[in-house]
Amino acid sequence: MATTYQKIETITVGAGGATALDFVSIPQTFDDLIIKFSFRDGTYGSTLSTCYMTFNNTTSNRSTRWLFGNGGAAGSGNAANMYLPNIPGATATASTFGNADVYIPNYRASQNKSSSADVVPEGNTGGTYMSLVANLWSDTAAINRITLTADGNLAQFSSATLYGIKNS
Amino acid sequence: MAKTYEPIATLAGTGASSIIFSSIPGTFTDLVLVMNGTASSDTNVFVELNGDTSNNYSVTAMTGDGSSASSYRNANYAALQSLFGYFGTAGGMVLGHFMSYANAAINKVVLARYNYVSNLTLAGVGLWRSNSAITSIKVKTSNSATFPTSTKFTLYGIKAA
Repeated sequence: MATTYQKIETITVGAGGATALDFVSIPQTFDDLIIKFSFRDGTYGSTLSTCYMTFNNTTSNRSTRWLFGNGGAAGSGNAANMYLPNIPGATATASTFGNADVYIPNYRASQNKSSSADVVPEGNTGGTYMSLVANLWSDTAAINRITLTADGNLAQFSSATLYGIKNS
Repeated sequence: MAKTYEPIATLAGTGASSIIFSSIPGTFTDLVLVMNGTASSDTNVFVELNGDTSNNYSVTAMTGDGSSASSYRNANYAALQSLFGYFGTAGGMVLGHFMSYANAAINKVVLARYNYVSNLTLAGVGLWRSNSAITSIKVKTSNSATFPTSTKFTLYGIKAA
């Protein structure tokens, strides 16, 4: 019996950090994709760093809209990019990583690519920023590559897993 | 080995103003509804459970429109509305988690995440004040807008054991 929810790949950042985490040659055999990650920015000199998502190495035709809460206020933002705000930055509480859950439906379909993301860092002493994010890549190409970056370099032990979902 | 996460059905829009999942098996614990695509023109998206069109639905939600955050609540809707969002000709998606959908001892709760970049992002909870097991889910537009064939709806079942 075919598996509905299947791990495609896990990538873990080694010593020295990484400028990006890159899922390449994504199989074109699923219907939806899910990314779950645990990230920390090891070089950006702030308690919070923004994470960015790119499909097929294309930085055009992207848009994002998010709702956030930081423990003191709620707000909303938008940009011509694909954001996953935020993850702990280099000056956040030590050994603390942020988590995210990203859902990308119909990644092979010949239509624009919407995605949903929930992202949370929690630094205990500050630097928290919970976000609910809508991202859109206005491109009808099938997604075959997903690149995750941050304001700085991803720290050692940052990891992400890509899952494929079959709808039949 | 039994599957934990299993597709029940995938429907495509037909050019009509609604789709319906009928005869939903009661053998899972939770349901997940994934909707992705567009509508022929701007419309709110409503969800009806078991054909109930009485004022038996409540919704509480928070939204971000790109400039500001807000929250609202309504306790007497005739469908799950202002929860599954607003669609038009740009791309959008909704994830809905129907928890314990077949439990005959409780009212039914759904957690929803709606994402439509040209409009807003939303997280919310809906309540259907009925103890009946959910056996049908109808997704419909609020006006004459229709769902094209490129818009897809998938229902998954999740087993807790």
